[in-house]
Amino acid sequence: MSLVATAGGDALIVARARERATEASRVARETSRATDAVRVADAGVPVLTLQGISLSFGGVTALDGIDLAVAKGEIRAIIGPNGAGKSSLLNVVSGLYRPDRGVVQLGSERFRHVPTARLAAVGVARTFQNLALFKGLPVLDNVVMGLVHRRRAGFVRQILSTPQARREEAEARAAAEEAITFLHLDAVKHQLAGGLPYGILKRVELARALVARPQLLLLDEPLAGVTLAEKRELAAHLRNARDAYGTTIVLIEHDIGVVMGLSDRIAVLDYGRKIADGTPDEVRSCQAVIDAYLGVAHEGETELVI
Amino acid sequence: MTTPTRSASLRWLTPNRFGLSVLLIAAFAIIPFAGSDYLLDAVLTPFLALALAALGLNLLTGYAGQVSLGSAAYLAVGAYAAYNFNLRLHGLPFLASLVAAGFVAAAVGIVFGLPSLRLRGFYLAVSTLAAQFFVQWTLTKFGWFSNNNPSGVIDAPPLAVAGLSFSGPVGRYVFSLTVVVVATLLAIRLLRSQVGRNFIALRDHEVAAKVIGVPLLRTKLLAFGVSSFLIGVAGVLWAFAYLRTVEPAGFNLDRSFEILFIIIIGGLASIRGAFLGAAFIVVFPLLLSRFGAALLDNVFDSGVLEMSQRIVIGALIIGLLIAEPRGLIALVDRVADKIRRRLFRPQPGPIRS
Amino acid sequence: MFDYQFFIEVLVGGLLSGVMYSLVAIGFVLIYKTSGVLNFAQGAMLLFAALTFVSLVERGVPFWLGAGVTLVIMVALGVTVERVVLRPLVNQSPMTLFMATLGLSYVIEGAAQLLWGTQVHGLDLGINDIPFEVGGVLISQFDLFAAVIAGALVTAFALFFRYTRTGLAFRAVADDQFAALAVGLRLSRVWAAVWTAAGIVALVAGLLWGARLGVQFSLSLVVLKALPVLVLGGFDSVAGAIVGGLLIGAIEKLAEVYVGPLFGGGIEVWAAYVVALAFLLLRPSGLFGQKLVERV
Repeated sequence: MSLVATAGGDALIVARARERATEASRVARETSRATDAVRVADAGVPVLTLQGISLSFGGVTALDGIDLAVAKGEIRAIIGPNGAGKSSLLNVVSGLYRPDRGVVQLGSERFRHVPTARLAAVGVARTFQNLALFKGLPVLDNVVMGLVHRRRAGFVRQILSTPQARREEAEARAAAEEAITFLHLDAVKHQLAGGLPYGILKRVELARALVARPQLLLLDEPLAGVTLAEKRELAAHLRNARDAYGTTIVLIEHDIGVVMGLSDRIAVLDYGRKIADGTPDEVRSCQAVIDAYLGVAHEGETELVI
Repeated sequence: MTTPTRSASLRWLTPNRFGLSVLLIAAFAIIPFAGSDYLLDAVLTPFLALALAALGLNLLTGYAGQVSLGSAAYLAVGAYAAYNFNLRLHGLPFLASLVAAGFVAAAVGIVFGLPSLRLRGFYLAVSTLAAQFFVQWTLTKFGWFSNNNPSGVIDAPPLAVAGLSFSGPVGRYVFSLTVVVVATLLAIRLLRSQVGRNFIALRDHEVAAKVIGVPLLRTKLLAFGVSSFLIGVAGVLWAFAYLRTVEPAGFNLDRSFEILFIIIIGGLASIRGAFLGAAFIVVFPLLLSRFGAALLDNVFDSGVLEMSQRIVIGALIIGLLIAEPRGLIALVDRVADKIRRRLFRPQPGPIRS
Repeated sequence: MFDYQFFIEVLVGGLLSGVMYSLVAIGFVLIYKTSGVLNFAQGAMLLFAALTFVSLVERGVPFWLGAGVTLVIMVALGVTVERVVLRPLVNQSPMTLFMATLGLSYVIEGAAQLLWGTQVHGLDLGINDIPFEVGGVLISQFDLFAAVIAGALVTAFALFFRYTRTGLAFRAVADDQFAALAVGLRLSRVWAAVWTAAGIVALVAGLLWGARLGVQFSLSLVVLKALPVLVLGGFDSVAGAIVGGLLIGAIEKLAEVYVGPLFGGGIEVWAAYVVALAFLLLRPSGLFGQKLVERV
């Protein structure tokens, strides 16, 4: 009797579980549809707006009256030859450089000089061209660092391990574990960042930037210096990040080819000016872009040393 | 406490608990009875004080990446602050004086850490020398700090906590040991927390740390504060438990360098390294003088001893920086690892313990 | 009534001793510019040079021969340091290199005194330290002599690095080590030249300072006088070292005379540091240091 009952119970549980799974996938589908709807609705409100950004270093003009508007959920590439001012632009948006003129608007906040210390708090994360990881910390802790701006418990509470400190730590760890799984870094999460290969470190840095679910993600040459297979993988991760978290992505690339398939829109810089801005197809057929990349020889194809 | 998610780099914090327990039991329960007065007074007590000072400097320099050349100043501040609390506030328990002295040192450390907000690298290193010279000058110049002793010398009163006297060699050792163990545990907790990660982030990539929202100002000043707190407490031990009579000249630049050398030799950014380095700095001159006397007999006077000591320590620093920048502790770990692997190599038949 | 004459006297005295600070500081700048190392052992080298020279002279070696031999020893020492200490550390952080030179200063100080003993040696350069009067202002003859020598040396270096091939190579290396390598400059030759120059500076500064303070261990602490000068002038600027030295010299003396009494004297041990720090907080790259935009 009891045996039968148990068997019956098991069957019931299996059935329920199946039901729950279908329910979950339905909810997921609906949610994603809802997100799409939100994305469409929000498309008019730019996450990032640049108005007339100009910047020069001792007479050398790095940026010259750049305007740019990036819509929510968009993947926007900024491309241009070396020295076109791409990195300077990213540094202006993240507040590392102060523009001579112009306004940066992040969401609803307008800045003449973006306060770098508050960058994460206003929902912006970035990566760096030459990797800026904390070599002395393991991968997991590097990613946990991405949530540092949410920490409220002071050092005394942390030493005493009060409930608040413990909760914050647990939350940060859980989020970091998730980001690590998302970017397939589980195998290396306990290793020091210092000893890992470049391609993996690119993903670690991406995980650190993504862990806080930023509104806006700035990527400085995310695909540079990695193998073709890694490029494809990273591109897929970026698209997933946008689809899963609704993150708006602005990425800088030197190489025009790799961003064509990835970006929704592409802006092209040359000598500090924006010479084109449009869909990949529009940009591809734009004469000014063709000139900048192919037709006209540039002198001094070196990065602007500043 | 042990969670499966403990990170690799923090594994040293929970090195083999068994070994640590054995060490602590030996330190508390065996050495006080078995150790000679000489061992306790001339080796272990100064070792403990220096290890704590090195630990403090290691937080600042090894973990947070801010080089300081003025550690001896904070030793002095701690020593003189405790002396004055003890002298002027009657009835203040000694432990309270000790902690208060730590806080005074922390405050001084934060003031002299302020330039770190604008300066980096060599500029900061040089600016930390200001603390060294200013503190030494203040203590010599103003008699109030030494109760108007003409040369700034202070005599520490006998140690007593809650009616218990710690005045003999054993007492002073046990007192120092207790203080150092508690302070070290607190430091470990700090390093394990987010603050510890912030220190390392600051050291490894300041710009990235700023971008992701590490509060740089607070983190830097905290590093200076906590570091000088620990060094200040070490200064109290140095003055009250080890020398018992100190003068400002004893906290000179050479002392600052000595503490810096301890962490370079022992291992930057390693707590065990601070202890290993301190042990080396204390024991090495004793060994050198023994061997020197035995080998060279009459040629080996104290001048020669001091000079050869300088040469060896200087050469060791250069050698370690070239061959093993992570210090002696990395060498020890490597050797231990090798031995462990040899011992626990899969052997025929089960090994029972 | 403010005593202008006395003020000028103090000022001149300060400027003259400032030249001596500049001299030591230039030794730092030469090495810093070419190899990015803040050579803390500069003070120990100075001690080593002075001690070697004095010991030779005391053993009956003629003055100029002694100076020549000491110079050869200093150059050998410099080249050895470059080979044995700095080259193996070439890709390490500047702080690691700095710590290595701290260790090096211990080795050199120890070796100098192990070789020549620890007693204090008098050093007489044959200059009477009788003050003479110019327009009512007393000027120390020795200080003036030292300043002239230091000034001449500084000028000689400036000319050397401006007009000779090696000097050009030096500036190229200082500007961009890798680019210099790429165009085929032999770094080892430049470094040898730089360490030779640093050796000469150590010898001259050692003699001048030694004559004033006596040749003894504390001579190596002269380095501590040069550090605020470097902070003020920038680690990479020869002009900064000269102007910084003069400024620090003058400020130190003026502070000691006019501010010191308020605190019971002796403030010159830290006054220079405080001034240099205060200045740095306003201008983090020093007087003439290059302003670098951080590239990320």
